[in-house]
Amino acid sequence: MNTQIKILKSANYIKLLQKLFDHKKNIYGPVRQGKRIGYQKINSANELATDFIIPDMSAKSFVFPCIEKLFSFTKDKENVEIQNLNLDNIPEKIIVGIRPCDALGMKSLKAIFGRDPADSIFQTRLERTTFIGYACNQADDYCFCTSINGGPGNTEGSDILLTKTDSGDYIAEIITPKGESIVASAPELFEDGSGLDKQKYLADVPKRFDDSNLENKMKAAFDTNVFDEYAIRCIGCAACAYVCPTCACFDIQDRTKGSKGERIRTWDSCGLKLFTLHTSGHNPRETQGVRWRQRLMHKFSYMPERLEVRGCVGCGRCSRRCPVDMNIAESINIITDENII
Amino acid sequence: MIETAKKLLKNGDVNIVIGYSEGSQGRVRPFFARNEEEAENLVYDNRCTQNLAMYVSKKEISKYGKPAIVANIHTLRGIIRLAVENQIKDGDLIALHINDKDEMTVCSTLEEIETHLATVTPQISDEDKVMIEKLDAMSLTERRNFWEKEMENCIKCYACRQACPLCYCTQCTVEVNQPQWIPVEASIDGNLEWHIMRAMHLSGRCISCGQCGDACPVGIPIHLLPMKLSQEVKNIYGSISGMNRSEGCAMATYQPGDKENFIG
Repeated sequence: MNTQIKILKSANYIKLLQKLFDHKKNIYGPVRQGKRIGYQKINSANELATDFIIPDMSAKSFVFPCIEKLFSFTKDKENVEIQNLNLDNIPEKIIVGIRPCDALGMKSLKAIFGRDPADSIFQTRLERTTFIGYACNQADDYCFCTSINGGPGNTEGSDILLTKTDSGDYIAEIITPKGESIVASAPELFEDGSGLDKQKYLADVPKRFDDSNLENKMKAAFDTNVFDEYAIRCIGCAACAYVCPTCACFDIQDRTKGSKGERIRTWDSCGLKLFTLHTSGHNPRETQGVRWRQRLMHKFSYMPERLEVRGCVGCGRCSRRCPVDMNIAESINIITDENII
Repeated sequence: MIETAKKLLKNGDVNIVIGYSEGSQGRVRPFFARNEEEAENLVYDNRCTQNLAMYVSKKEISKYGKPAIVANIHTLRGIIRLAVENQIKDGDLIALHINDKDEMTVCSTLEEIETHLATVTPQISDEDKVMIEKLDAMSLTERRNFWEKEMENCIKCYACRQACPLCYCTQCTVEVNQPQWIPVEASIDGNLEWHIMRAMHLSGRCISCGQCGDACPVGIPIHLLPMKLSQEVKNIYGSISGMNRSEGCAMATYQPGDKENFIG
């Protein structure tokens, strides 16, 4: 569908949220808890945090939770009975204030979980989630969305994107049918905004590297020592992967109690030393340098090659949160700058 | 410091200098100089609070050979504690300690580190003191609620463990899956189990450097657990970790005079 541009006055934005609360919708948004900012369930618009760059954790857990049940099982002597997850129980959710980078991350996740056979649990979660995005009017030095085809006003992944103007009112871009149905629930709150330009209200995010031919540059770097050299300080935790909006590696575990149990899916990371450890004790990725290479190759070479989408949206969380200042944009810059080809 | 590092590398006294360099956005980061040219990038100032002693046991670093290590007080204490636990021995490394007045001491032996530490009173930050007092004043239920609330944020990334100079086990309990002692997934109960297990394992060993809390990407003040246990061990056994090789291992040693008043 063609994107429609409307105006949502700031008072009407509150009214819209109120209307959604009145309709008993599950609404989530960025909330401040002490020093933290996280996407959490809210019951009033007042709970929404303001004046911050980006929530600490990405929005991926709405569609790919840190822990999720896949099915339950019961064992009776020789017989094992499996109870599939009832997908009807997955609730509808509306996420307000999702950042454009987090919304764009859904595209990468969709490509990963949509690969044949498509993951029905993931797909149901995504189908039942509506994203009312919030264009970035501020950024920090870790943001690099513009270097990888994203941007502070990128609409991809959002159903509606709101851009706050100087007056406090919002330019609302209605992008998908899901977004339209939100408008349809309170059409009186939206006014025509055709011709309005959001550009001047967006944050300035300079390019941190040249992404042309990045996939080939990555491949050419494979056998060089750039990854070992950059990752020499990496301590091998999973912080970068777990804060990432697109990292989707998972582990499968059985949680059993007596003859009953459930199979769960839980986040995993290529940074951890158990990752790809073989039963024999051999690990083809034995050092942090090789694990860092896997991380970057996966995001910027393997995913574009196989899924036609990159595994990075330039949110910069991995670099902000790394205990030893591993900076992904800097690392790519070293690779692209060195003209290894 | 740069001149000393260069000299050590030039003379072959060490093969690598573990220190700090400028990082991104005004941060400093761990840095590894393997030749004189690289040593030019070393920096040291009040941002260098990270405990670099953790790199001593990482194979990516130890493969280079003997290190010199730019050391704040926490790093020195980490080195001594690693020596107490037979992880390093005299002559394995050289410490370049820089004190508050920006004066550098080159410690080539563990005894020199101990002599220096003998002049220092171990301290924790005011912020940590306040938090520990606050936790002490809580009832058991309140304290449990506090930690359960914090554990909701734990994503089990193990940054706490990886940043800790004393979490050097080649196989951590959480990596054992037969039997699976602690759940792999980041459930609240599993998170509590993991952090209690780690704190217990560090009790009397923790040097209170606070690295685990600093490393946490979701801001859980997790360092308070081992820190508090270290205070308890000090109160009961009088032992402070990471000060002198004679300190022993309070929680792994039985002595006939040990108090048993915690039983019954």
